[in-house]
Amino acid sequence: MYADKVRDILTQHGRLSSPVDQLQDTSDLYNAGLTSLATVGLMLALEDQFNIEFPDNMLSRKTFASIEFIVDAVQKLVDK
Amino acid sequence: MQPLRQQGAATEDFSRLLDRVHEISRDVVMASARDVDRDARFPSEGIGALKELKLLSAYVPSELGGMGLDVVQIAKICEVLGQYDGSVAMIYAMHQIQVACLVHHGLGSSDLRTYLQQLVQQQRLIASATTEVGTGGDLRSSVCAIDIREGRFQLVKKAPVISYGAHADDIMATCRRSVDAPASDQVMVLARKDSYTLEPISGWDTLGFRGTCSSGFVLTASGSAEQVLAIPFAEILSQTMHPYSHIVWGSLWLGIATDAVNHARGFVREEARRNPSIPPTSSLRLAEVSSVLQGMRNNIAVAVTDYRRMLADGQHDVFSGFGFAIRTNNLKLASSTLIVDIVSRALLICGISGYRNDSRFSLCRHLRDAYGAALMVNNDRIMNHNATMLLTQREG
Repeated sequence: MYADKVRDILTQHGRLSSPVDQLQDTSDLYNAGLTSLATVGLMLALEDQFNIEFPDNMLSRKTFASIEFIVDAVQKLVDK
Repeated sequence: MQPLRQQGAATEDFSRLLDRVHEISRDVVMASARDVDRDARFPSEGIGALKELKLLSAYVPSELGGMGLDVVQIAKICEVLGQYDGSVAMIYAMHQIQVACLVHHGLGSSDLRTYLQQLVQQQRLIASATTEVGTGGDLRSSVCAIDIREGRFQLVKKAPVISYGAHADDIMATCRRSVDAPASDQVMVLARKDSYTLEPISGWDTLGFRGTCSSGFVLTASGSAEQVLAIPFAEILSQTMHPYSHIVWGSLWLGIATDAVNHARGFVREEARRNPSIPPTSSLRLAEVSSVLQGMRNNIAVAVTDYRRMLADGQHDVFSGFGFAIRTNNLKLASSTLIVDIVSRALLICGISGYRNDSRFSLCRHLRDAYGAALMVNNDRIMNHNATMLLTQREG
Protein backbone atom coordinates (compact mmCIF):
# COMPACT_ATOMS: atom_id res chain seq x y z
CA MET A 1 0.00 0.00 0.00
CA TYR A 2 2.79 2.43 0.78
CA ALA A 3 4.88 1.32 -2.17
CA ASP A 4 2.78 3.24 -4.71
CA LYS A 5 2.96 6.50 -2.78
CA VAL A 6 6.70 5.99 -2.22
CA ARG A 7 7.16 5.43 -5.95
CA ASP A 8 5.24 8.66 -6.69
CA ILE A 9 7.43 10.59 -4.30
CA LEU A 10 10.55 9.05 -5.82
CA THR A 11 9.40 10.15 -9.25
CA GLN A 12 8.81 13.71 -8.08
CA HIS A 13 11.78 14.17 -5.77
CA GLY A 14 14.28 11.38 -6.35
CA ARG A 15 15.95 12.91 -9.43
CA LEU A 16 16.82 9.40 -10.61
CA SER A 17 18.33 8.68 -13.98
CA SER A 18 15.99 5.77 -14.70
CA PRO A 19 12.16 5.97 -14.73
CA VAL A 20 10.81 4.70 -11.40
CA ASP A 21 8.41 2.21 -13.03
CA GLN A 22 11.43 0.39 -14.46
CA LEU A 23 12.82 -0.21 -10.97
CA GLN A 24 12.10 -3.25 -8.83
CA ASP A 25 11.28 -2.83 -5.15
CA THR A 26 14.73 -4.21 -4.41
CA SER A 27 16.69 -2.24 -7.01
CA ASP A 28 19.61 -0.23 -5.65
CA LEU A 29 18.47 3.39 -5.87
CA TYR A 30 22.00 4.78 -5.61
CA ASN A 31 22.90 2.85 -8.75
CA ALA A 32 19.84 4.45 -10.34
CA GLY A 33 21.28 7.91 -9.71
CA LEU A 34 20.09 8.75 -6.20
CA THR A 35 22.52 11.12 -4.50
CA SER A 36 22.81 11.77 -0.77
CA LEU A 37 21.67 15.35 -1.24
CA ALA A 38 18.54 14.15 -3.07
CA THR A 39 17.67 11.95 -0.06
CA VAL A 40 17.01 15.16 1.87
CA GLY A 41 14.18 16.14 -0.47
CA LEU A 42 12.90 12.56 -0.39
CA MET A 43 12.89 12.53 3.38
CA LEU A 44 11.00 15.82 3.58
CA ALA A 45 8.40 14.67 1.05
CA LEU A 46 7.89 11.36 2.87
CA GLU A 47 7.53 13.13 6.21
CA ASP A 48 4.96 15.46 4.68
CA GLN A 49 3.01 12.73 2.87
CA PHE A 50 2.81 10.27 5.76
CA ASN A 51 2.88 12.75 8.63
CA ILE A 52 5.92 11.13 10.18
CA GLU A 53 9.29 12.29 11.43
CA PHE A 54 12.50 10.42 10.68
CA PRO A 55 14.62 10.13 13.83
CA ASP A 56 18.42 10.47 13.54
CA ASN A 57 19.05 6.75 13.88
CA MET A 58 16.91 6.05 10.82
CA LEU A 59 18.66 8.61 8.63
CA SER A 60 21.46 6.53 7.22
CA ARG A 61 22.37 5.81 3.63
CA LYS A 62 20.76 2.38 3.99
CA THR A 63 17.29 3.76 4.70
CA PHE A 64 16.95 5.01 1.15
CA ALA A 65 18.88 2.24 -0.59
CA SER A 66 15.77 0.67 -2.18
CA ILE A 67 12.00 1.16 -2.45
CA GLU A 68 11.61 -1.83 -0.13
CA PHE A 69 13.78 -0.24 2.56
CA ILE A 70 11.93 3.07 2.29
CA VAL A 71 8.57 1.33 2.61
CA ASP A 72 9.87 -0.56 5.68
CA ALA A 73 10.98 2.68 7.29
CA VAL A 74 7.68 4.42 6.55
CA GLN A 75 5.76 1.41 7.91
CA LYS A 76 7.74 1.51 11.15
CA LEU A 77 7.14 5.21 11.63
CA VAL A 78 3.44 5.18 10.77
CA ASP A 79 2.84 2.29 13.19
CA LYS A 80 4.49 4.19 16.09
CA MET B 1 37.87 1.37 4.84
CA GLN B 2 39.81 -0.48 7.52
CA PRO B 3 40.54 1.42 10.71
CA LEU B 4 43.70 3.34 10.01
CA ARG B 5 45.93 3.99 12.94
CA GLN B 6 48.90 5.72 11.38
CA GLN B 7 51.84 5.32 13.69
CA GLY B 8 52.87 8.90 13.15
CA ALA B 9 56.47 9.96 13.68
CA ALA B 10 57.64 10.21 17.29
CA THR B 11 57.44 13.73 18.68
CA GLU B 12 61.22 14.31 18.69
CA ASP B 13 61.73 12.97 15.18
CA PHE B 14 58.85 15.05 13.90
CA SER B 15 60.17 18.12 15.62
CA ARG B 16 63.50 17.62 13.86
CA LEU B 17 61.69 17.11 10.56
CA LEU B 18 59.79 20.37 11.03
CA ASP B 19 63.08 22.16 11.69
CA ARG B 20 64.34 20.82 8.37
CA VAL B 21 61.14 22.00 6.65
CA HIS B 22 61.67 25.50 8.07
CA GLU B 23 65.30 25.36 6.93
CA ILE B 24 64.58 24.44 3.31
CA SER B 25 61.67 26.85 3.28
CA ARG B 26 63.94 29.73 4.30
CA ASP B 27 66.81 28.68 2.00
CA VAL B 28 64.96 27.48 -1.08
CA VAL B 29 61.20 28.05 -1.02
CA MET B 30 61.27 31.67 0.13
CA ALA B 31 64.17 32.52 -2.17
CA SER B 32 62.12 31.69 -5.27
CA ALA B 33 58.67 32.72 -3.99
CA ARG B 34 58.62 36.16 -5.64
CA ASP B 35 59.74 34.81 -9.02
CA VAL B 36 57.23 31.98 -8.86
CA ASP B 37 54.46 34.44 -8.04
CA ARG B 38 55.49 37.11 -10.56
CA ASP B 39 55.84 34.67 -13.44
CA ALA B 40 53.06 32.28 -12.37
CA ARG B 41 55.58 29.49 -12.85
CA PHE B 42 55.88 26.11 -11.20
CA PRO B 43 58.05 26.27 -8.05
CA SER B 44 60.41 23.51 -9.14
CA GLU B 45 63.09 24.56 -6.64
CA GLY B 46 60.75 24.32 -3.67
CA ILE B 47 59.13 21.06 -4.76
CA GLY B 48 62.62 19.69 -5.48
CA ALA B 49 63.65 20.50 -1.91
CA LEU B 50 60.53 18.71 -0.58
CA LYS B 51 61.45 15.66 -2.65
CA GLU B 52 64.95 15.65 -1.19
CA LEU B 53 63.40 15.42 2.26
CA LYS B 54 61.19 12.57 0.96
CA LEU B 55 58.17 14.60 1.97
CA LEU B 56 56.03 13.53 -0.99
CA SER B 57 55.79 10.08 0.60
CA ALA B 58 55.31 11.37 4.14
CA TYR B 59 51.82 9.84 4.45
CA VAL B 60 52.72 6.50 2.88
CA PRO B 61 52.83 3.80 5.60
CA SER B 62 56.30 2.76 6.72
CA GLU B 63 55.81 -0.84 5.58
CA LEU B 64 55.74 0.53 2.02
CA GLY B 65 58.81 2.68 2.66
CA GLY B 66 57.07 5.95 3.52
CA MET B 67 57.40 8.06 6.64
CA GLY B 68 54.05 6.90 8.00
CA LEU B 69 53.19 10.35 9.36
CA ASP B 70 49.63 10.87 10.53
CA VAL B 71 47.17 13.48 9.30
CA VAL B 72 47.92 15.85 12.21
CA GLN B 73 51.59 15.88 11.20
CA ILE B 74 50.85 16.28 7.49
CA ALA B 75 48.59 19.23 8.33
CA LYS B 76 51.40 20.78 10.37
CA ILE B 77 53.81 20.53 7.43
CA CYS B 78 51.23 22.24 5.20
CA GLU B 79 50.92 25.01 7.79
CA VAL B 80 54.67 25.54 7.95
CA LEU B 81 55.01 25.65 4.16
CA GLY B 82 52.10 28.11 4.05
CA GLN B 83 54.18 30.50 6.13
CA TYR B 84 56.69 30.77 3.31
CA ASP B 85 54.86 30.29 0.01
CA GLY B 86 51.16 29.63 -0.47
CA SER B 87 51.68 28.03 -3.89
CA VAL B 88 54.28 25.52 -2.71
CA ALA B 89 52.08 24.70 0.27
CA MET B 90 49.03 24.29 -1.97
CA ILE B 91 50.83 21.97 -4.39
CA TYR B 92 52.07 19.89 -1.45
CA ALA B 93 48.62 19.82 0.14
CA MET B 94 46.87 18.79 -3.07
CA HIS B 95 49.39 16.03 -3.65
CA GLN B 96 48.82 14.77 -0.08
CA ILE B 97 45.07 14.52 -0.71
CA GLN B 98 45.69 12.14 -3.61
CA VAL B 99 48.18 10.10 -1.58
CA ALA B 100 45.63 9.86 1.22
CA CYS B 101 43.00 8.50 -1.20
CA LEU B 102 45.44 5.77 -2.21
CA VAL B 103 46.54 5.02 1.35
CA HIS B 104 42.98 4.92 2.73
CA HIS B 105 41.31 3.09 -0.16
CA GLY B 106 43.96 1.52 -2.39
CA LEU B 107 46.00 -0.74 -0.12
CA GLY B 108 43.77 -3.69 -1.02
CA SER B 109 45.26 -3.69 -4.53
CA SER B 110 48.75 -5.10 -4.98
CA ASP B 111 49.24 -2.91 -8.07
CA LEU B 112 48.47 0.22 -6.11
CA ARG B 113 50.71 -0.90 -3.23
CA THR B 114 53.52 -1.31 -5.74
CA TYR B 115 52.72 2.13 -7.11
CA LEU B 116 53.04 3.64 -3.63
CA GLN B 117 56.45 2.01 -3.25
CA GLN B 118 57.47 3.66 -6.54
CA LEU B 119 56.11 6.94 -5.27
CA VAL B 120 58.43 6.65 -2.28
CA GLN B 121 61.50 5.71 -4.33
CA GLN B 122 60.96 8.26 -7.09
CA GLN B 123 59.11 10.94 -5.07
CA ARG B 124 56.35 11.00 -7.70
CA LEU B 125 54.05 14.03 -7.68
CA ILE B 126 50.32 13.33 -8.15
CA ALA B 127 47.83 15.88 -9.54
CA SER B 128 44.03 15.71 -9.48
CA ALA B 129 41.39 16.07 -12.18
CA THR B 130 38.08 16.14 -10.30
CA THR B 131 36.23 19.10 -11.77
CA GLU B 132 34.96 18.84 -15.31
CA VAL B 133 33.77 21.14 -18.08
CA GLY B 134 29.97 20.96 -17.89
CA THR B 135 29.60 20.11 -14.20
CA GLY B 136 31.19 23.17 -12.62
CA GLY B 137 32.44 22.62 -9.09
CA ASP B 138 30.08 19.69 -8.45
CA LEU B 139 32.52 16.90 -7.60
CA ARG B 140 29.73 14.32 -7.32
CA SER B 141 28.80 14.50 -10.95
CA SER B 142 30.77 13.39 -14.00
CA VAL B 143 30.10 13.59 -17.70
CA CYS B 144 33.08 11.54 -18.89
CA ALA B 145 33.10 7.81 -18.36
CA ILE B 146 35.75 5.17 -18.15
CA ASP B 147 35.72 2.49 -20.84
CA ILE B 148 37.17 -0.84 -19.74
CA ARG B 149 37.92 -3.60 -22.22
CA GLU B 150 40.08 -6.67 -21.69
CA GLY B 151 41.62 -5.33 -18.52
CA ARG B 152 42.56 -1.91 -19.98
CA PHE B 153 40.82 1.44 -19.38
CA GLN B 154 40.44 4.47 -21.63
CA LEU B 155 39.35 7.89 -20.44
CA VAL B 156 39.01 11.32 -22.00
CA LYS B 157 38.24 14.14 -19.56
CA LYS B 158 37.92 17.88 -20.16
CA ALA B 159 39.19 19.38 -16.93
CA PRO B 160 38.89 23.16 -16.46
CA VAL B 161 41.66 23.05 -13.82
CA ILE B 162 44.33 20.50 -13.09
CA SER B 163 46.65 22.15 -10.59
CA TYR B 164 50.32 21.64 -11.60
CA GLY B 165 48.97 19.20 -14.20
CA ALA B 166 51.80 19.85 -16.63
CA HIS B 167 54.38 19.19 -13.92
CA ALA B 168 52.93 16.14 -12.25
CA ASP B 169 54.14 12.59 -12.64
CA ASP B 170 50.69 11.05 -12.36
CA ILE B 171 47.09 12.26 -12.32
CA MET B 172 44.10 10.87 -10.45
CA ALA B 173 40.80 11.55 -12.20
CA THR B 174 37.14 10.97 -11.40
CA CYS B 175 34.66 9.75 -13.99
CA ARG B 176 31.48 7.70 -14.39
CA ARG B 177 31.93 3.99 -13.73
CA SER B 178 30.90 3.06 -17.27
CA VAL B 179 29.33 4.54 -20.38
CA ASP B 180 25.85 3.60 -19.06
CA ALA B 181 26.35 4.74 -15.48
CA PRO B 182 24.44 7.72 -14.06
CA ALA B 183 26.35 10.95 -13.45
CA SER B 184 26.76 10.31 -9.73
CA ASP B 185 28.00 6.72 -10.06
CA GLN B 186 31.68 7.57 -10.07
CA VAL B 187 35.05 5.91 -9.73
CA MET B 188 38.56 7.29 -9.33
CA VAL B 189 41.44 6.19 -11.56
CA LEU B 190 45.20 6.66 -11.37
CA ALA B 191 46.67 7.70 -14.73
CA ARG B 192 50.42 7.32 -15.21
CA LYS B 193 52.46 9.94 -17.05
CA ASP B 194 53.78 7.53 -19.68
CA SER B 195 50.22 6.70 -20.73
CA TYR B 196 48.37 10.02 -20.71
CA THR B 197 48.49 13.18 -22.77
CA LEU B 198 47.42 16.68 -21.78
CA GLU B 199 46.06 19.11 -24.32
CA PRO B 200 45.97 22.65 -22.86
CA ILE B 201 42.57 24.36 -23.01
CA SER B 202 43.07 27.30 -20.64
CA GLY B 203 45.87 29.01 -18.78
CA TRP B 204 46.35 30.20 -15.20
CA ASP B 205 46.94 33.92 -14.77
CA THR B 206 45.25 34.72 -11.49
CA LEU B 207 45.28 37.05 -8.52
CA GLY B 208 46.86 34.51 -6.21
CA PHE B 209 48.20 30.97 -5.87
CA ARG B 210 49.86 31.78 -9.16
CA GLY B 211 52.54 29.11 -8.79
CA THR B 212 50.00 26.30 -8.68
CA CYS B 213 49.79 26.47 -12.49
CA SER B 214 46.19 25.29 -12.43
CA SER B 215 45.63 25.29 -16.17
CA GLY B 216 42.81 23.46 -17.89
CA PHE B 217 43.51 20.40 -20.03
CA VAL B 218 41.90 17.63 -21.98
CA LEU B 219 43.27 14.52 -20.30
CA THR B 220 43.46 11.44 -22.53
CA ALA B 221 44.56 8.43 -20.52
CA SER B 222 44.78 4.69 -20.71
CA GLY B 223 46.16 1.98 -18.48
CA SER B 224 45.50 -1.19 -16.58
CA ALA B 225 42.04 -1.65 -15.06
CA GLU B 226 43.92 -2.30 -11.80
CA GLN B 227 44.53 1.44 -11.68
CA VAL B 228 40.82 2.06 -11.12
CA LEU B 229 40.16 2.16 -7.39
CA ALA B 230 37.65 -0.49 -6.34
CA ILE B 231 35.94 1.70 -3.74
CA PRO B 232 33.19 3.96 -5.17
CA PHE B 233 34.28 7.58 -5.41
CA ALA B 234 31.30 8.63 -3.27
CA GLU B 235 32.91 6.80 -0.34
CA ILE B 236 36.42 8.01 -1.13
CA LEU B 237 35.05 11.55 -1.16
CA SER B 238 33.13 11.40 2.11
CA GLN B 239 35.76 9.40 4.02
CA THR B 240 38.92 10.97 2.65
CA MET B 241 38.95 13.59 -0.10
CA HIS B 242 36.42 15.96 1.48
CA PRO B 243 37.76 16.05 5.07
CA TYR B 244 41.43 15.72 4.07
CA SER B 245 41.15 18.59 1.57
CA HIS B 246 39.62 21.02 3.99
CA ILE B 247 42.08 20.04 6.71
CA VAL B 248 45.22 20.55 4.61
CA TRP B 249 43.89 23.66 2.87
CA GLY B 250 42.76 25.14 6.20
CA SER B 251 46.22 24.39 7.58
CA LEU B 252 48.13 26.08 4.78
CA TRP B 253 45.77 29.07 4.96
CA LEU B 254 46.54 29.17 8.69
CA GLY B 255 50.23 29.25 7.77
CA ILE B 256 49.70 32.23 5.48
CA ALA B 257 47.69 33.99 8.19
CA THR B 258 50.34 33.18 10.81
CA ASP B 259 53.11 34.65 8.68
CA ALA B 260 51.04 37.77 8.13
CA VAL B 261 50.60 38.19 11.88
CA ASN B 262 54.35 37.57 12.35
CA HIS B 263 54.99 40.43 9.94
CA ALA B 264 52.57 42.59 11.90
CA ARG B 265 54.23 41.70 15.19
CA GLY B 266 57.65 42.59 13.77
CA PHE B 267 56.34 45.91 12.55
CA VAL B 268 54.70 46.79 15.87
CA ARG B 269 57.86 45.84 17.76
CA GLU B 270 59.91 48.21 15.62
CA GLU B 271 57.44 51.01 16.25
CA ALA B 272 57.47 50.25 19.98
CA ARG B 273 61.28 50.38 20.11
CA ARG B 274 61.21 53.89 18.73
CA ASN B 275 59.03 54.99 21.68
CA PRO B 276 59.47 52.41 24.42
CA SER B 277 57.25 54.10 27.02
CA ILE B 278 54.28 54.74 24.71
CA PRO B 279 52.71 51.59 23.20
CA PRO B 280 51.90 52.27 19.53
CA THR B 281 48.23 52.29 18.47
CA SER B 282 48.98 49.33 16.27
CA SER B 283 49.71 47.19 19.33
CA LEU B 284 45.99 47.20 20.13
CA ARG B 285 45.27 45.99 16.59
CA LEU B 286 47.89 43.29 17.08
CA ALA B 287 46.08 42.17 20.23
CA GLU B 288 42.84 41.92 18.25
CA VAL B 289 44.28 39.92 15.39
CA SER B 290 46.09 37.59 17.80
CA SER B 291 42.69 36.56 19.15
CA VAL B 292 41.22 36.00 15.69
CA LEU B 293 44.26 33.92 14.67
CA GLN B 294 43.89 31.76 17.76
CA GLY B 295 40.27 31.08 16.82
CA MET B 296 41.29 30.01 13.32
CA ARG B 297 44.05 27.80 14.71
CA ASN B 298 41.91 26.09 17.33
CA ASN B 299 39.05 25.41 14.90
CA ILE B 300 41.43 23.58 12.59
CA ALA B 301 43.21 21.74 15.41
CA VAL B 302 39.95 20.23 16.68
CA ALA B 303 38.94 19.13 13.20
CA VAL B 304 42.29 17.47 12.51
CA THR B 305 42.50 15.57 15.78
CA ASP B 306 38.84 14.51 15.46
CA TYR B 307 39.53 13.20 11.97
CA ARG B 308 42.60 11.27 13.11
CA ARG B 309 40.51 9.66 15.84
CA MET B 310 37.71 8.82 13.39
CA LEU B 311 40.23 7.19 11.04
CA ALA B 312 41.53 5.07 13.90
CA ASP B 313 38.00 4.09 14.97
CA GLY B 314 37.07 3.21 11.39
CA GLN B 315 33.32 3.72 11.82
CA HIS B 316 31.93 4.10 8.32
CA ASP B 317 28.57 5.43 9.48
CA VAL B 318 30.01 8.60 10.92
CA PHE B 319 31.85 9.40 7.70
CA SER B 320 28.75 9.07 5.55
CA GLY B 321 26.52 11.03 7.91
CA PHE B 322 25.48 14.57 7.13
CA GLY B 323 26.73 15.80 10.52
CA PHE B 324 30.35 15.12 9.61
CA ALA B 325 29.96 16.67 6.16
CA ILE B 326 28.39 19.79 7.67
CA ARG B 327 31.23 20.18 10.21
CA THR B 328 33.83 19.68 7.49
CA ASN B 329 32.17 22.32 5.33
CA ASN B 330 31.96 24.67 8.30
CA LEU B 331 35.71 24.31 8.78
CA LYS B 332 36.28 25.42 5.18
CA LEU B 333 33.81 28.30 5.42
CA ALA B 334 35.42 29.62 8.59
CA SER B 335 39.06 29.16 7.54
CA SER B 336 38.58 30.78 4.13
CA THR B 337 36.83 33.76 5.67
CA LEU B 338 39.24 34.18 8.58
CA ILE B 339 42.35 34.14 6.40
CA VAL B 340 41.17 37.26 4.56
CA ASP B 341 40.17 38.92 7.82
CA ILE B 342 43.51 38.17 9.49
CA VAL B 343 45.72 39.19 6.56
CA SER B 344 43.69 42.39 6.10
CA ARG B 345 44.15 43.29 9.77
CA ALA B 346 47.88 42.61 9.47
CA LEU B 347 47.98 44.88 6.43
CA LEU B 348 46.36 47.70 8.37
CA ILE B 349 48.96 47.26 11.11
CA CYS B 350 51.90 47.25 8.69
CA GLY B 351 50.49 50.12 6.69
CA ILE B 352 52.33 51.26 3.59
CA SER B 353 55.20 48.87 4.37
CA GLY B 354 52.75 46.00 4.12
CA TYR B 355 51.23 47.47 0.96
CA ARG B 356 54.58 47.63 -0.86
CA ASN B 357 55.69 44.64 -2.90
CA ASP B 358 59.35 45.29 -2.15
CA SER B 359 59.45 45.81 1.61
CA ARG B 360 60.36 43.19 4.17
CA PHE B 361 56.89 43.63 5.72
CA SER B 362 55.16 43.10 2.37
CA LEU B 363 51.78 41.36 2.67
CA CYS B 364 50.81 41.64 -0.99
CA ARG B 365 51.18 38.01 -1.94
CA HIS B 366 49.61 36.91 1.35
CA LEU B 367 46.51 38.98 0.62
CA ARG B 368 46.25 37.89 -3.01
CA ASP B 369 46.58 34.23 -2.05
CA ALA B 370 44.13 34.69 0.82
CA TYR B 371 41.29 35.69 -1.52
CA GLY B 372 41.58 32.37 -3.35
CA ALA B 373 40.49 30.40 -0.31
CA ALA B 374 36.78 31.28 -0.56
CA LEU B 375 36.71 30.35 -4.24
CA MET B 376 38.20 26.89 -4.26
CA VAL B 377 35.24 25.43 -4.06
CA ASN B 378 33.05 28.54 -3.98
CA ASN B 379 31.75 29.14 -0.46
CA ASP B 380 28.25 29.78 -1.79
CA ARG B 381 28.09 26.28 -3.25
CA ILE B 382 29.26 24.87 0.07
CA MET B 383 26.80 26.98 2.02
CA ASN B 384 23.95 25.67 -0.15
CA HIS B 385 25.00 22.08 0.51
CA ASN B 386 24.99 22.76 4.25
CA ALA B 387 21.61 24.45 3.98
CA THR B 388 20.17 21.29 2.41
CA MET B 389 21.84 18.90 4.82
CA LEU B 390 20.86 20.90 7.90
CA LEU B 391 17.22 20.12 7.13
CA THR B 392 17.92 16.58 8.33
CA GLN B 393 19.73 17.46 11.54
CA ARG B 394 18.03 17.53 14.93
CA GLU B 395 19.70 19.33 17.83
CA GLY B 396 23.49 19.64 17.61
